[in-house]
Amino acid sequence: METFINNNGENGAMEDIVVEISHIKKAFGVNEVLKDISVCVKRSENVVVLGKSGQGKSVTIQCIVGLLTPDEGSVKVFGKEVSEMSDAELKDLRTKVGFLFQSGALYDSMTVRENLEFPLTRVLKIKDQKEIDKRVEEVLDGVGLLDAVDKLPCDLSGGMRKRVGLARTMIVKPEIMLYDEPTTGLDPITSREISELILHMQKRYKTTSIIITHDMECAKITADRVLIMNDGMYIAEGSFDELKNSEDIKIKAFFNETT
Amino acid sequence: MAEQIVTGYKKWLENIGEQGVFFTRFVGNVFNGSFEWSEFVRQCYEIGYRSLMLVGITAFIMGMVLILQLRPSLLELGAESMLPRTLSISLIREIGPVITAIICAGKIASSIGAELGSMKVTEQIDAMEVSGANPIQYLVVTRILATSFMVPLLALTGDAIGLLGGYLALTFTDSISFSLYFHKCIAALDFTDFIPAFIKTIFFGFAIGFVGCYKGYHSDKGTESVGLAANSAVVTASLWIFVIDAIAVQITSLLFYR
Ligand SMILES: Nc1ncnc2c1ncn2[C@@H]1O[C@H](COP(=O)(O)OP(=O)(O)OP(=O)(O)O)[C@@H](O)[C@H]1O
Ligand SMILES: [Mg+2]
Repeated sequence: METFINNNGENGAMEDIVVEISHIKKAFGVNEVLKDISVCVKRSENVVVLGKSGQGKSVTIQCIVGLLTPDEGSVKVFGKEVSEMSDAELKDLRTKVGFLFQSGALYDSMTVRENLEFPLTRVLKIKDQKEIDKRVEEVLDGVGLLDAVDKLPCDLSGGMRKRVGLARTMIVKPEIMLYDEPTTGLDPITSREISELILHMQKRYKTTSIIITHDMECAKITADRVLIMNDGMYIAEGSFDELKNSEDIKIKAFFNETT
Repeated sequence: MAEQIVTGYKKWLENIGEQGVFFTRFVGNVFNGSFEWSEFVRQCYEIGYRSLMLVGITAFIMGMVLILQLRPSLLELGAESMLPRTLSISLIREIGPVITAIICAGKIASSIGAELGSMKVTEQIDAMEVSGANPIQYLVVTRILATSFMVPLLALTGDAIGLLGGYLALTFTDSISFSLYFHKCIAALDFTDFIPAFIKTIFFGFAIGFVGCYKGYHSDKGTESVGLAANSAVVTASLWIFVIDAIAVQITSLLFYR
């Protein structure tokens, strides 16, 4: 288990920060969702965010790709302020950042194959059909759905849709991956496979990941660092084991509550 | 009360601004980047396939009914032989285009509104945007151009079928050969009947596509907003059709019908 407390402290000196969020606030009308969020994520680090439902975890990662703009504070990705980016810069950023939606967000008029081909042909502009087929096959194999390739999203189960969504995000091999609850709604075995896939992405492609999850198993497998979010703020930070063994009542309650 | 009016007015202005922005984004994307041909063709097919039957039936009935309604009046004036001419002018100038457009507003604007609305609600549009693809180009440009292209074609088809319906109604009472009837219909027409009506339908098609896309693309998150988007797409598109029609008739009468 100690292996999970890796490259946290020692690499800190030569910092290579890819995502830097400082003091962001976001409110929807009177609903103050984010009150003061700051976090730095280093290259090829897996950060897991835990927190109760409705705390603004999804809102936070939507700020990273510019889907939402924070009311205050700054979000920098690769050293650049997201809210000040031009359309071209934003597009460029988005090709480097993969985003797995909580709902999967599959294009429901397209088959699984077309869903996966979409980012390849529209974003990476790959023309070579062989290359496309190879990538589709590889990534579908990764999520264990090779035989669903010609199905429509409406013919898939919830868990399958989630996995196709994951495959569609991974297929462009982004430098940063933002996972919004990658294992929710999956059985324990598939969950574990997905968690290991996330870990594999990190090892193989040096992908930086922010993983939002309620699944302790997933957190345990993937996390280099865990953040706990409560009431629009981060209340704790550390490795999975550190937090799990923490004496702090709030943190303890959290772990007991969700496991 | 006064406050309500002010906020309503503000909202209305905001809406117009938003539509302006949406229009600029549409135009910017038509002339920039790669055009999604296959999606455009697919949309054209869908639109034609979805509406052809309905347009055909309605136009056929309209042609018949017009003849039956016009006949007594023209008979009274002893101008019975003017029936084909009257029918073809009213059908080509006005009834064909407007009826087709209204049907397409009900059929197409609503389905575009619902489709894009549900894509918005289920985060598909966000997903497309976040992946670095261009949802305006893929979803909006193709649909608006497809309606602008297909509605005129459907209107022409409607005109032709309406004339057929008229012939059928005429044979109830008169014995007139099809070729004579058709000749009379065509002879009555001029380019000044035909061209303005055709141009008008392009605008109708544009309005249908634009309103459908705008309403769907800007629908709120929540399931009931999908229905709302579809509904207000139909209402707004129909309204636009009549407004465009009113403007078109002013322009054509200034230019041609002196
Ligand atoms: N686009 C939006 N417009 C208005 N309110 C929003 C929007 N997105 C999120 N919210 C509100 O922000 C709050 C936090 O939402 P968020 O989706 O970030 O929660 P979460 O932490 O991801 O919860 P969960 O674990 O259930 O996914 C909620 O109260 C939600 O109603
Ligand atoms: Mg969420």
